[in-house]
Amino acid sequence: MYDAGKIIAALLLFLALVGLPIWANLARGGSRPPELEIGATEKQCVAPVEYMRKYHMKLLQQWCDAVVRDGDRIYVAQDGRRYEMSLSRTCLGCHSTKKGFCDRCHDYARVTPNCWNCHQEPTKENR
Amino acid sequence: MDGSRRDFLKMCGLFVLAMGLKPVARAFGMDARPQMLPAPEALKARRWAMVVDLKKCKGDCTACIDACHRVHNVPTFDDPRHEIKWIWREKYADAFPSQYHAHTEENVKSKPLVVLCNHCDNPPCTRVCPVKATWKRAEDGIVMMDFHRCIGCRYCMAACPYGARSFNWFDPRPHIRQMNLDFPTRTKGVVEKCNFCVERLAKGQRPACVEACAQAPNGQALLFGDLQDPASEVSRVLAARFSVQRKPELGTRPQVYYIV
Repeated sequence: MYDAGKIIAALLLFLALVGLPIWANLARGGSRPPELEIGATEKQCVAPVEYMRKYHMKLLQQWCDAVVRDGDRIYVAQDGRRYEMSLSRTCLGCHSTKKGFCDRCHDYARVTPNCWNCHQEPTKENR
Repeated sequence: MDGSRRDFLKMCGLFVLAMGLKPVARAFGMDARPQMLPAPEALKARRWAMVVDLKKCKGDCTACIDACHRVHNVPTFDDPRHEIKWIWREKYADAFPSQYHAHTEENVKSKPLVVLCNHCDNPPCTRVCPVKATWKRAEDGIVMMDFHRCIGCRYCMAACPYGARSFNWFDPRPHIRQMNLDFPTRTKGVVEKCNFCVERLAKGQRPACVEACAQAPNGQALLFGDLQDPASEVSRVLAARFSVQRKPELGTRPQVYYIV
């Protein structure tokens, strides 16, 4: 191979630059998922915690379609309990802090769901 | 391999039987899975319609408009170009341009009347929507809006002959006087209009404007009900008294009727 030294050095430099965020994070001792303020008053969510953690966005999308497109408002969970399908009332009625629950994890995961452009967080004034 | 062909076929048969059990179990409700249902207290109809009794409606009362705006987080913009309209006041000449003439009765001519989305039986707005963000609900005829889907192209605004649709040129939130948690606000870049209070009907409540009007001093100028039910109040009133629709010549079959 011609210029093997140059090529390998350039490759190493490239890896160092591309992986800069990873190296920086590792140097700081790695990143850990944030501690969330669950803030829940109920013991059981509308679905098992594992499912909610992975698929809450899918569930919310199903709720959205059911309410807006089909006019269905009541969710009968797997264990037979009934809930009103409402982000502001049901979800945030129980998880009392959007900042410590939704936002903290979304910030960590660097996702910006647009739910809150229109749906409101319960406050003292609008409740 | 010590299994015979007979054993293999037996296993295949058992497998097919087991697969067949699943739908049977589901049919008998043994397989619990989440369900979505309408609320039992929901008001139902085959054709929702509204009657505006202009004999009772006072031109200077805004009880219906205030109630609607409060319930639906409708923003207030001072510039009429940015105005968001759900139910609003219109001059007779503009609401009924084909009825109006130079010698129209003074009382009718001068008094503003309330107008709103007509929830047409043949709505032109839904036909032009490229993303099905607006559609006529098959079961009760309400012309629905899905703000999640609206891409803000405003074809529906061009198609609506009643000017019942408004576009959010700005973020409406800073212009909402009082927030209601039970209804979302809208965001910049979507179209909105009257929804016949579909979210209240789903909870067994009548439209906000109708309720507010019933409590207003003159009262009962707005009636709401099922036109497919001959015993409903709207059916009886329309059968007994002379009524008109806005721009019926366009063939949209509007479902807001006016008693003049």
